[in-house]
Amino acid sequence: MSIESSDQVLDYPLRAPAPLEPPEEWAKLRQGCPVAHVRLPSGDSAVLLTRYNDVRQVLADPRFTRQLGKEGAARLSEEGGSVFETEEAASLTEGHERWRRLLHKSFTAKRVSAMQPRIEAMADQLIDDMVKQGAPADLVAGLAFPLPVWVICELLGIPDIDRDKLAYWSNAMLNMSQFTRQEMDAAQAEFSQYMMTHIAAKRAAPGEDLLSELVAAVDDGHPLTERELMMIGQGILVAGHETTSNTIAKMMAMLLGERHRWEQLVADPSLVRTAVEEVLRFDANAGFGLPRFITEDIEVSGQKLPGGTTVICNMAAANRDEKAYERADHMDLTRSPNPHLTFGVGPHSCVGQALARTELQTTLNVLLRRLPTLELAVPPEELARREGLLIGGLERVPVRW
Amino acid sequence: MRIIVDVEKCCGAGQCVLLAPKVFDQRDDGIVVLLDESPAPELHKAVREAACVCPGAAIRLEEQA
Repeated sequence: MSIESSDQVLDYPLRAPAPLEPPEEWAKLRQGCPVAHVRLPSGDSAVLLTRYNDVRQVLADPRFTRQLGKEGAARLSEEGGSVFETEEAASLTEGHERWRRLLHKSFTAKRVSAMQPRIEAMADQLIDDMVKQGAPADLVAGLAFPLPVWVICELLGIPDIDRDKLAYWSNAMLNMSQFTRQEMDAAQAEFSQYMMTHIAAKRAAPGEDLLSELVAAVDDGHPLTERELMMIGQGILVAGHETTSNTIAKMMAMLLGERHRWEQLVADPSLVRTAVEEVLRFDANAGFGLPRFITEDIEVSGQKLPGGTTVICNMAAANRDEKAYERADHMDLTRSPNPHLTFGVGPHSCVGQALARTELQTTLNVLLRRLPTLELAVPPEELARREGLLIGGLERVPVRW
Repeated sequence: MRIIVDVEKCCGAGQCVLLAPKVFDQRDDGIVVLLDESPAPELHKAVREAACVCPGAAIRLEEQA
């Protein structure tokens, strides 16, 4: 089916039949309509890619730009202001190479591995509190939501006493469904104010943290401005909190939702590394995908996409492509190698992926060690999805042990 | 096995370092450093996995018969 002749325009995002299940359309689209016309919540048109090779090709090709603010690019939602479209996103893109180079220092595999014992201690502390309060407990509120904020606070040298404030601001800045516009703006203002004060304190008395390093860093002969430093702090919070929190929640739901998976890990915790990669591949509630915009004609899957097209890369659909994976619709905790597309590919792939992996692996290891009898306290089909800005999540994951 | 890395393609994800730390390292800015271009056979499996999952497709392997 060519895009010219496809008569059906799907509403995007597609709906899933159950919280942990993929939309039924994915398999059909991969099979028969790899370049599908979709209508976004704004009413604007885009094309949707669902095949592994296509998504991989497009994400690695710089002609597929991230300039969603350009004239002619589809608006994602009616209100606009999504994380992909804001001024901040645009300036993040412009400063991308420079900041990325600086950020890489903190996110190398070695640096992240050195943080692992601290992450483990934080997970233990959160689980202590959860156990103290007794079962049933909500894994989201007790562990998945706070842990990544604690890790980011550690990274930014923010004192433990301010963790809860950061968690609130992060949640309010991102969560359109639970907060009013006013609350979101107030959170943004308070966060900016806090960070400016914090940056000044780090300038006066540097510590061992990432922010102190960035304050001291000189790139291309110029130190970073206060505003750039603030934006990096916010970027780390936006990119590292909701995404990791939601993934911890979904990971536990996927593993406990079919108990033999959890039991396989209890019996053999050495599978944690490959299990985490498979969780990342298998996540059907991964959210919107990555939008790209082209200004020239480019061919994908044998079809010419005209300049001015907005392209949505659905990594989660691509991760289940039968042509890329054996038994793609089967969750195999021993799968290896597992070149999933969840963190993107190419120069824009997730800079924090080593940290995310370490957080996920550590959380899983600590839960296996502390609570091997862990189980869901509700049937998996009763878990409620949360619509995230970057990736989807679950409202609550009730558990007992 | 001979390993060729392309620093231009490397995006600093660090997967190779986590999988085969005796073979790969990262510079300060995240870019790959090849420690051993023809690693011992017991490392081949990990190196093949690293090449396969590299998000920048920056690791190429020449496997001798």
